[in-house]
Amino acid sequence: MVSRIEAPVDSYAVVMSQQTPYALLRARAMQRWDDLVAGDRPWVRVGFGASGQAAGAQAVFDALKPFGPEGSNRINLSMVGAHGLMYLEPIVDVVVPGINRILHANVTPEMVPDIVAHFVDGRDERPLHESAYAYTGHRDPYVTHLPQWDELPANAKQRKILTANFGNIDPHDIFQYIAHDGYAALNKAVLSMKPEEVVEEVKTSGLRGRGGAAFPTGLKWSFLAPSQAPVKYVLCNCEEGDPGAFNDKGILESDPHRLIEGLIINGYATNSTHGVVFIRQGHDIPIEATRRAIDEAYENGILGKDILGSEFTFDMEVSLTGDSYVAGEETAMMEAIEGKRSTPRYKPPFPAQAGLFQKPTNINNVKTIAYVPGIVASGGVEFKNVGTESSSGTALVCLTGHIKRPGMYEVEMGLTIRQVLEDIGGGVAEGSERIKVLQTGGPLGGVMGEEAFDTEIDFDAMAESGAILGSGGIIVGDETTDIVDLVRNLIAFNQFESCGKCFPCRLGNTHMLDVFDRLCKNEAKPGDMKLLETVGNNMKIGSLCGHGQLGYNPVSSAINYFGEEFEKRFNGELEKSGPFGDGSMILPSRTRP
Amino acid sequence: MTTTQQQSRPKLRDRIRRALESQRADKDRAPSVTVLSSLLAVQDELHYVPNEAIEEVAIYCESTINDVWSVASFYTNFRFTPPGQATVDVCWGPTCHLMGAQNVLAAVQDELGVDAEETSEDGKITLRYSTCLGACAQAPVIARDHVLTGRTNPAAARTFVSNLKQELENGIAH
Repeated sequence: MVSRIEAPVDSYAVVMSQQTPYALLRARAMQRWDDLVAGDRPWVRVGFGASGQAAGAQAVFDALKPFGPEGSNRINLSMVGAHGLMYLEPIVDVVVPGINRILHANVTPEMVPDIVAHFVDGRDERPLHESAYAYTGHRDPYVTHLPQWDELPANAKQRKILTANFGNIDPHDIFQYIAHDGYAALNKAVLSMKPEEVVEEVKTSGLRGRGGAAFPTGLKWSFLAPSQAPVKYVLCNCEEGDPGAFNDKGILESDPHRLIEGLIINGYATNSTHGVVFIRQGHDIPIEATRRAIDEAYENGILGKDILGSEFTFDMEVSLTGDSYVAGEETAMMEAIEGKRSTPRYKPPFPAQAGLFQKPTNINNVKTIAYVPGIVASGGVEFKNVGTESSSGTALVCLTGHIKRPGMYEVEMGLTIRQVLEDIGGGVAEGSERIKVLQTGGPLGGVMGEEAFDTEIDFDAMAESGAILGSGGIIVGDETTDIVDLVRNLIAFNQFESCGKCFPCRLGNTHMLDVFDRLCKNEAKPGDMKLLETVGNNMKIGSLCGHGQLGYNPVSSAINYFGEEFEKRFNGELEKSGPFGDGSMILPSRTRP
Repeated sequence: MTTTQQQSRPKLRDRIRRALESQRADKDRAPSVTVLSSLLAVQDELHYVPNEAIEEVAIYCESTINDVWSVASFYTNFRFTPPGQATVDVCWGPTCHLMGAQNVLAAVQDELGVDAEETSEDGKITLRYSTCLGACAQAPVIARDHVLTGRTNPAAARTFVSNLKQELENGIAH
């Protein structure tokens, strides 16, 4: 993997020879990037995002401020997005101008003066701080004891397409994105491609939707493109209420312009007029990053009228939803954007005919859209060659729970789950013996036992094994994990989040939660197993959207892999479950009226 | 109604109207100003949605009080009584659950002297259970007014709450 310190310059000469608005932006961007990576002082970047914040990055950043432009001005200072290797957070990443980049791991505010001293007080006088963890770029005498960042086990098996810029550019600076070929694909599309050629390219790529349904993206776009309606919408879904998944928000907080570029191209390809990025309220970091990025795009002629000197006009805005998991379902999402209760609509009509405000509409997931600039820039064939036959490209996996190296990792489709767990995740967490269970694809996904760990990460292979890849969340449980307690947590979520529109889902989840409560307290009744099955199957056939249709998934897959444990529970052969030893669990008492 | 309440009512309505108007700033690009966006704007400003806001939103959006209530009661982030000076969110999502969130929740409840999603008796700190705070790699996660702290445990969570109490005691409000 090529180090990303230097901005790629191969296409630079070509772009500069054209006198387009993009060429001017690009020239400014390259100048700015040069000032940062080859200037007269170190450039210190702190990895942020929700995870960085939770690890304490804000305090580290504050400790660095006295050395930055607001203080003694001896360093350049930026907040960047997530590096993906979240077990190393807070990460302080120092670019030594023209030489290399040294990443410090698990930094505390107290370490900051000593870390900085090496770079500003004299590299021979003050030693490199012991938190220095890895480097990229030139192997100078100061880093000979460190591994290469890209060769770390957690990085080596990754294939970074979506995440290529993560941690290396300031998400709040459009020019850093442009310096890394940002908006080149949009420039190419609006100036030299017909909309239908863009759709064709996306079809060629084999890209499938990353929101869970894995529908072919090019085909979806082709449903919307022909309509001649004066107002058409392309929506980007970042509701991402899935516990255990944070990759959509990860893109927004680490590289928001990639999404914005993709969404504009989506608009161009489908002759649409408006784009909306839909995010749940309260997630302030991705919301702010996206809003700012949209403003920057407007300021630089990338959004609005006659984009980049073309005749294409397109507007974009962020729309926030309240807390409702079902708002992530595409028709419910349109209800939320219209300001109503986010309950699913009947289909037909399908969104491409009558969607948001009854106008023709396309809805895509954040990750899906974020692949588009790369596909347009390098061609669909190149993307098609990555991954497996049926699932091209990569998967952005969120690895959490009892795993040694929790984080957000981008892997080529076709790797096995075991490879991700062992090679990237480093295996089970310290202090644990073995991985017993995986919970994948969000709370409507599956619960998998060890037999399934050799499944390939591929939409179809995952579906066959009874799990769905869905949002890409993989939650790891060690040998101590109580399966029934884990499933109760998932059902409790599903019950809490049922929108209530469909009776089987609203009442079914409540019944299932009751059964699991009894199970956890060793009070199961003889008919309970049968009840679960009946209720689950009724939900499947009697609900409008995935929330009800898939609600039995966690139960059926758990019984499939851990039947014995369930049987013991039903027979009362195990200790009472739950963290308090009495089978109880603390849960919200609020309901949706 | 006391005199102070009578005085505060018009002021409250002014604040609500200003919050609603502020949505118009970027009208050109916004998909639309809706009942939901208006309720979010009010809650951002006041940290809760009073009855007055339901009326004002209905007028502003040319909707009805019934319809505004139906939206406000649907999304679980809306609250209809003023929260404490600070809100503590504790995540109970599956990753946090496996990493010990229930014990963190119990510790925070105990430290605040509450046994549900309530405000401490002194009216200062409100506890909320969150389905996911989005930083699962640092589980278990708690938050104060949307600012996250990860890798917590019952003891650390108790310290987190008692530090917060101390801070509010010293008069630093959010």
